[in-house]
Amino acid sequence: MNARPQTAAARAANPSAGPAATQQKGASVAIDIDQMRVVGRPVDGQVPDVHPRDAWTDRKLHYNLVNPNNRRRFKIIVVGTGLSGAGAAAALGELGYDVEVFSFHDVPRRAHSIAAQGGINSPRARKVDNDSIDRFVKDTVKGGDYRGREQDAYRLGEEGIRVINHMQAIGTSFAREYGGQLATRSFGGVQVSRTYYTRGQTGQQLELAAAHALSRQVAAGTCKLHARQEMLDLIVKDGRAQGIVVRDLVTGKVRAQTAHAVILCTGGYGNIYYKATLAKNSNATAIWRAYKRGAYFANPCFVQIHPTALPLMSQWQSKKTLMSESLRNDGRIWAPRKKQDDRDPNTIPEAERFYFLEERYPAFGNLVPRDVASRNIRERIDAGYGVGSLRNAVYLDFKTGIERLGAKLIRERYSNLFDMYEELTGEDPFTTPMRIAPSVHFTMGGLWTDYDQMTSIPGLFAGGEASWAYHGANRLGANSLLSGCVDGWFTLPYSVPNYLAGLLGQEPLDPRDQTVLDTINDVRAGLDRLLENDGAYGADHFHAKLGAIMDRYASVSRDPEGLATAIGMIRELRQEFWRDVKVVGQGDRLNQELETAGRVADYLELAELLCVDALDRDESAGAHFRTDHEIDGEAKRDDEDWCFCSAWEFPAAGVDAKPIRNFEPLTFRAVPLQQRNYK
Amino acid sequence: MRLILEVWRQESPDAEGSFETHEVLDATPEMSLLELLDRLNHQLVDNDQEPVAFESDCREGICGTCGLDVNGVPHGPEDNVPACGQHVRSFADGQTVRFTPFRAKSFPVIRDLIVDRTGLDRIIQAGGTIAVDAGTAPDADTLLVTHDDAERALDFAACIGCGACVSACPNGAAYLFTGAKLAHLALIPHGKQERAKRARSMIAQMQHEFGPCSQIGECALACPAEIPLVAIAAVNRERLRAGFKWRKAN
Repeated sequence: MNARPQTAAARAANPSAGPAATQQKGASVAIDIDQMRVVGRPVDGQVPDVHPRDAWTDRKLHYNLVNPNNRRRFKIIVVGTGLSGAGAAAALGELGYDVEVFSFHDVPRRAHSIAAQGGINSPRARKVDNDSIDRFVKDTVKGGDYRGREQDAYRLGEEGIRVINHMQAIGTSFAREYGGQLATRSFGGVQVSRTYYTRGQTGQQLELAAAHALSRQVAAGTCKLHARQEMLDLIVKDGRAQGIVVRDLVTGKVRAQTAHAVILCTGGYGNIYYKATLAKNSNATAIWRAYKRGAYFANPCFVQIHPTALPLMSQWQSKKTLMSESLRNDGRIWAPRKKQDDRDPNTIPEAERFYFLEERYPAFGNLVPRDVASRNIRERIDAGYGVGSLRNAVYLDFKTGIERLGAKLIRERYSNLFDMYEELTGEDPFTTPMRIAPSVHFTMGGLWTDYDQMTSIPGLFAGGEASWAYHGANRLGANSLLSGCVDGWFTLPYSVPNYLAGLLGQEPLDPRDQTVLDTINDVRAGLDRLLENDGAYGADHFHAKLGAIMDRYASVSRDPEGLATAIGMIRELRQEFWRDVKVVGQGDRLNQELETAGRVADYLELAELLCVDALDRDESAGAHFRTDHEIDGEAKRDDEDWCFCSAWEFPAAGVDAKPIRNFEPLTFRAVPLQQRNYK
Repeated sequence: MRLILEVWRQESPDAEGSFETHEVLDATPEMSLLELLDRLNHQLVDNDQEPVAFESDCREGICGTCGLDVNGVPHGPEDNVPACGQHVRSFADGQTVRFTPFRAKSFPVIRDLIVDRTGLDRIIQAGGTIAVDAGTAPDADTLLVTHDDAERALDFAACIGCGACVSACPNGAAYLFTGAKLAHLALIPHGKQERAKRARSMIAQMQHEFGPCSQIGECALACPAEIPLVAIAAVNRERLRAGFKWRKAN
């Protein structure tokens, strides 16, 4: 990838621009970041040099096409069957390509997209609330605190319009007004109503529709489904991604699949925090092993902490549960004005309730973006105003909403969320305010991709949460379902053929090729290393320890000393893991301990890169809030030195060597740089 | 709390299975039944024994991955709640909790409490889809759907595909699952185009792998998505309707 001059931003992103890049300003003890990473070179996002609004049109115009008769000659691997994976596989299958689909689930429809609740944004702008694609881009870029590409956001908005048409057509029953038109609601970080929804189960309805569309292609024979198979490595030969190595989770058999191109739609890495809102099996293995084969990893420190999850309520609670952001439409967040107030919330008079978001951010109120809401909630809890038996929550109260709209309408909007809350807590939100607390929920970082969603390894593409695109340093609510759908249905089906067109006449890599055999052997050696390790603790033990480190030092707020401490602790924990992990059972059959151990081993490496990135990024931006860079309690960006995407490169010397931080300069033409302000 | 866990262990699909009995001494009422199994597995791993294989993913009741019988009841003692939302508080101190895999001939055991439920997805593949390719859909705002139709469609579309209905049914029928899909797709505009063809192919596939319906209603009691029992009527209704339409393409 060659650097293309990007004038002002290139200068701004120049790592030698100032001492900020090498010496951490805020640290009282000098922390030498140069001991932890090497500064690399600029990378090119391959964004067309036109107005951001026209970039997608321009790009599509220049894409190469593949003749319909030739499409079946191209084999494409899709890993993951969430919204982006199922969409990409189905759309490429519909076009006539030969698609091999891999999922570690028993059936495609279980992918974690299914758990998204609140809705999907689309700037269809049918109402007179002054919405438009430009406004959507402004909200998305500003919400992301200017650390994503404007052009990506434009594509997201533009293609997002027909996403609704398509998902409706293939089976999503979107909420309707009494006149029969599509209904919308509002989400955080915006002042218009552009979120389409199906009760509190939008992700489920979209995921089922997408997975069923994939089923249609499976039945038609264009997509071959490989369920209960987990990708454990990427095959790279001649600088191109040419296949993957998978383990059959039932038989334990390790084998390779080669292809002309590989698409990873394997989701985010939030489970690194041990107890997050993610599904138990969501993991980082596919993207992390691609990173170790040369794909750049973008902005790993951009991790979204969702403000409204169920707090931990007991020792054995296995994960946290999200309560949709849509609840903030009609729910009001408050904490008692008195510390350690144990009274029944319904008996606390209005004057003794602190509606802190409404008071601090009158313009956006309860609908401030997630990072702002999370930090404020955490601040209240840390200051001693937390409620619940563990004092680790604040209230989300629907009393006013019910009085204003009636219980029937509230039930219609949120019934399944209220039911879920009651199922999990035994309390009825109609009569008692919910208790909520921040939890890790989404990772904006991910594999670095260019404007075509191709990673730094030619032939390797990424879609959805697995990639870094669209969301910058903070994702707006209801933009993730959108980005999954847009990548899957309306981006990868254009950009992957553009890459394939250059390979016409070439067969997929021979499965007996030495590189394939070597990669298989590497995977087997890795599995054997785990199985043969003579330790005393299951992998979960180390995962819990890692989660505690991450929660303490790399959560809603970070500081250089803490991050440096965390890096040391993670390195130690990694050594401890390899000294003391044990995997009971065998490798030649279903073995969930082995699956977990491999994933935790990867988390222990990725966690370090996440903290190094957080330490390296000497500014606050969106979800990355550094206490040494704030202005009136808000994130203070440094656009002079840090207006770029960090694209980390795995060092040739291995995981214990210093990673290389390359950078893609970001420029803003449509949405001029400005400090975020939701007051 | 102390609970006695009787768990079905079966190494592989062809292996002979048997019950194993374990004790969990530090169970707490607010634990979910899956967390109880987590706790048991921690104990087993600590003692170098293989943990009990069971499936779960979102643990929020939406993915449908969890599925096991608890004291002979799909998902557990509470009606209409998935296993991840069932709690230890339903049991008394010292009580025995028996975990078995979903019981249905069409759900063969893979290992311990994990069964193969792909038969449900073969019903989908047979026709539970809508033949609209990416990019070809008309504007969704121009196709009006009444508020009530959209809501009713959602009542059926809420199915999480866990298979509890099949396990609950003495006949191992998949009528609730299939009927929910047919009813959902018959209520939305694009789904209506292939309605008769879909009914024929899905019902044929369903009958090929699953048992007949005797209208007992256990399925609706077990269903974590509260799919209404009228879904089973949709199977017969759609079949009848498709029969009248047999001469037409659809």
